[in-house]
Amino acid sequence: MINLTIDGINVSVSKGSTILQAAREVGIYLPTLCWHPDQAVKANCRVCVCEVEGNRLLQAGCSTPVTEGMVVKTKTPQVIEARRTILELILSNHPQDCLNCIRNQNCELQDLANEYMIRDNPFELKVRGYKLDRSTPSIVRDQDKCILCRRCIDACSVTQSVFALGVEGRGVNSMVVPTMGLPLMESPCVLCGQCIHACPVGAIYENEQIDEFLAAVADPDKIVVTQIAPAIRLAIGEEVGMNTGELPMEVFVTGLRQMGFDHVLHTNFTADLTILEEGNELLNRLKEGGTLPMFTSCSPGWINFCETFYPDLLDNLSTCKSPQQMFGSLVKTYWAEKMGIDPAKIYSVSIMPCTAKKYEASRPEMNSSGYRDVDLVLTTREIGRLFRMSGMDFNQLPPSDFDSWMGKYTGAAVIFGATGGVMEAALRTVYEVVTEQELKDVNFTGVRGMEGIKEAAVDLNGTEVKVAIAHGLSNARKLMDQVRSGESPYHFIEIMACPGGCIGGGGQPLTKANKKRAERIEAIYVEDEGMPIRKSHENPEVKIIYDEFLHEPLGHKSHELLHTHYHAKNKRYL
Amino acid sequence: MAEEMRIVLRNYGKIDPLKIEDYIAQGGYKALEKARSMSQSDLIAEVKKSNLRGRGGAGFNCGQKWSFAYGAESDIKYVVCNADEGEPGTYKDRLIMENDPQALLEGMAICAYAIGAKQGYIYCRGEYPQVIKILNQAIEQAVTKGVLADFAIEVRSGAGAYVCGEETALIESIEGSRGEPRFKPPYPPSQGLWGKPTIVNNVETFANLPAIVENGADWYASIGVPSYPGTKIFTLTGDVNNCTFFEVPTNTTIRELIYKFGGGIPAGKKFKAVQIGGTSGAFIPESQLDTPVAFDNMSTIGATLGSGAVFVVDETRDIVDVAARIAGFFEHESCGKCAPCREGTARIAEIMENINDGFGEMSDLALLKKLGRVMSVSCLCGLGQAAPAPVITTIEHFMADYQAKIL
Ligand SMILES: Cc1cc2nc3c(=O)[nH]c(=O)nc-3n(C[C@H](O)[C@H](O)[C@H](O)COP(=O)(O)O)c2cc1C
Ligand code: SF4
Ligand code: SF4
Ligand code: SF4
Ligand code: FES
Repeated sequence: MINLTIDGINVSVSKGSTILQAAREVGIYLPTLCWHPDQAVKANCRVCVCEVEGNRLLQAGCSTPVTEGMVVKTKTPQVIEARRTILELILSNHPQDCLNCIRNQNCELQDLANEYMIRDNPFELKVRGYKLDRSTPSIVRDQDKCILCRRCIDACSVTQSVFALGVEGRGVNSMVVPTMGLPLMESPCVLCGQCIHACPVGAIYENEQIDEFLAAVADPDKIVVTQIAPAIRLAIGEEVGMNTGELPMEVFVTGLRQMGFDHVLHTNFTADLTILEEGNELLNRLKEGGTLPMFTSCSPGWINFCETFYPDLLDNLSTCKSPQQMFGSLVKTYWAEKMGIDPAKIYSVSIMPCTAKKYEASRPEMNSSGYRDVDLVLTTREIGRLFRMSGMDFNQLPPSDFDSWMGKYTGAAVIFGATGGVMEAALRTVYEVVTEQELKDVNFTGVRGMEGIKEAAVDLNGTEVKVAIAHGLSNARKLMDQVRSGESPYHFIEIMACPGGCIGGGGQPLTKANKKRAERIEAIYVEDEGMPIRKSHENPEVKIIYDEFLHEPLGHKSHELLHTHYHAKNKRYL
Repeated sequence: MAEEMRIVLRNYGKIDPLKIEDYIAQGGYKALEKARSMSQSDLIAEVKKSNLRGRGGAGFNCGQKWSFAYGAESDIKYVVCNADEGEPGTYKDRLIMENDPQALLEGMAICAYAIGAKQGYIYCRGEYPQVIKILNQAIEQAVTKGVLADFAIEVRSGAGAYVCGEETALIESIEGSRGEPRFKPPYPPSQGLWGKPTIVNNVETFANLPAIVENGADWYASIGVPSYPGTKIFTLTGDVNNCTFFEVPTNTTIRELIYKFGGGIPAGKKFKAVQIGGTSGAFIPESQLDTPVAFDNMSTIGATLGSGAVFVVDETRDIVDVAARIAGFFEHESCGKCAPCREGTARIAEIMENINDGFGEMSDLALLKKLGRVMSVSCLCGLGQAAPAPVITTIEHFMADYQAKIL
């Protein structure tokens, strides 16, 4: 243990701790901008500087390790002058645009400007005047707001191993830009949105499409139908001032109805369907010597990654569309027919934890219903904003049920939202299909949790099936390199682009720390635990759709509506 | 009065730099042999005792720095020579490398033995292609002669940015990354090149070592000012008669440098100020000219030794204009990694340009001083920390010139 004093308070912390960590131990929070709880120290913003006795220079709290007997002062006049001046400097080229900014009231720079009472900035405001990058359907970059903390670069390079972002130029002309200064769409970016979570300010954000939604609701000729992804419910509460998992599903449904959705359905339904299609695809591949290991295909950020970096492995991808797209093609065919609604009138909105889904919905091949299958994708955050605008108090809203057909789901679908969830859901079904025995304990706890790469083996009637799970694309890359070199021992691999899985998706309530992701995962398993049915193949509506419409997994109709194909992206620079 | 004294440049003009035999005939590589006969810790203790301090600007005790790398547990360690010499008006390292490259190699080899390194790099300024050629030839000869034993040296060409002379930016650059400083600690002697213990020393620092090892620490420690003993090479530029270089003991005063060695100001003009140590050096007025050119003595007057560039400004020069240009230099050379330097250098340049163009206000000076106070203690690396010095010291010593522009 290292003993030191911070502002006169004695602190004892383990060796290797930083001043910032030690200060937190005694309830002193240093201001930070470039520091990120799950990233390497950068020490470039300098707002965390402190006085350390014996040093002429102020020391950055986030990067300076404590030493025995160290005397730290965190709020002397010199320290405060330094922090305020640095903030003034940063703000002096920052568009004074808080009222219009997507991060208004959720911005680390705004918070510090407020805390440090930046009033009359002595430096003349000089906004840099970059153009907005709206090249992707998912993500917008506003370089004028960038404070060059480089957290997005860390997220993109270290967490995701995509390396789409870097610094170009020097000094005051330096800027964080996509590869070779290209528009984001032309870089290898996979649209996962992890950079959004990392950004302390409004320099990267989702392509907000609330106007499109409001226009659809206002259009009397449109029937607005929504699907809610598995990872939404437990996180949406965070957007309206509740704890993770606290908002009951039924109240959420009422909230959506109030916002003008005509029919509220559930992506969980097609998550269950995915399990039947994908589970059977796996069994086929195992039986008939198809390409193995098979990769899950429900994470569009991952699909983009595979198409960009591993085009040679596209045959390994399950041909199943993501649950969102399965839902999209079914809602304008099966559901429309069943409801007696003209599919041309259906405006299909999906509520997703994901920015890459906005892109996925816009893929030209995603129109198997004869229309664009999913018309609009709104992220959890966008729905959160709609909810806040609505003035609804979710503590008082009465509950209501999903609409019928494609609204029922099982615990297996619920866990799709967490890393390992698709795998566990698949195992619950595949086990029973192959062994024709009831699975006594449905909990495959070995595939759960925040570990980057997890593996498990299941005995299916004497055949050992080896599975692996990765979340976060740098972990995926490890498994892919193994596959590429022919050394992968697995039969089935689940990949989710985002750390923690969809609960940490790029469209979820802003999550700076992985701790929050772990909390959401916990909430997801609580929900699964409480479901009366926990195996996809036991979903009664799924049984009905096969009886009435699809007839069999991997059948003709399935192929037409539920499966897809992939293309190498051939990006110019990787 | 001090006389010129050549330790580092002892072979200047006496040998053919491209003949290792010449160097050896002058007693070259005896020191390395002697060093290798000592234990590593004795050698380091000797260097420490000589009180040799880094000639690259920061003035850190050389032997002490080595002892950190020596004490660091690692199978691989590196010796890096900082030959980036990006400071305008400075060419002392080039002088050494062009005229006595073997002295540098011998100094590096002594260090390598002391800390237990097998690989060395010379990071040489990219604008010195002829020097790189000389170094490569010198290395080849030393290898052929076998004097370096199992110590290998590779020359790397600099990336052209001023900041790459900062030791951690230099390390990043050798590693193939954008030349940007790292935060410290950890310092290079514990985690440097590729995360391994690394000694980065300046060319002049290394070139001192053969003489120190050969003649002993006491000899060296007795030369010049005890707190910063030995000699220092100065390169004179600006309004001074002898625009050339001198190696002088460190008890030489600034006045002697300018008037005795430099021959005074041309055309009978009066002295106005001198900037020592390169672009980021303080401007020193007449009243402080009797300060010896040793590290701590310079610190007491708020100045530095830096690279040893001496830039003399006579009474006819517009010092505000000079300071404004320097501010522009730093705006251009800031790497942009840390906020106070990235934004601060640009603001200083902007405000100085304003003042220089006659649009300044007195409140600008207060703002410049505030920037100076903050940047000098908050920036990530020495560039940003030192960048405000020329502006701040000219405001301090030549307020009338500023007032004349403002009013
Ligand atoms: C912006 C900047 C530029 C520097 N340029 C050089 C240089 O060109 N040569 C050099 O030897 N040291 C330079 N230094 C100092 C080095 O960081 C380092 O202190 C030095 O190489 C250590 O060697 P020494 O102990 O022998 O002086 C520079 C420092 C800064 C902050
Ligand atoms: S969306 Fe993902 S891949 Fe694209 S820049 Fe952001 S972190 Fe990188
Ligand atoms: S875009 Fe955001 S996260 Fe990236 S460097 Fe700029 S401010 Fe930081
Ligand atoms: S002080 Fe300047 S040069 Fe040094 S790291 Fe900061 S921005 Fe780069
Ligand atoms: S938080 Fe410490 S330097 Fe940015």
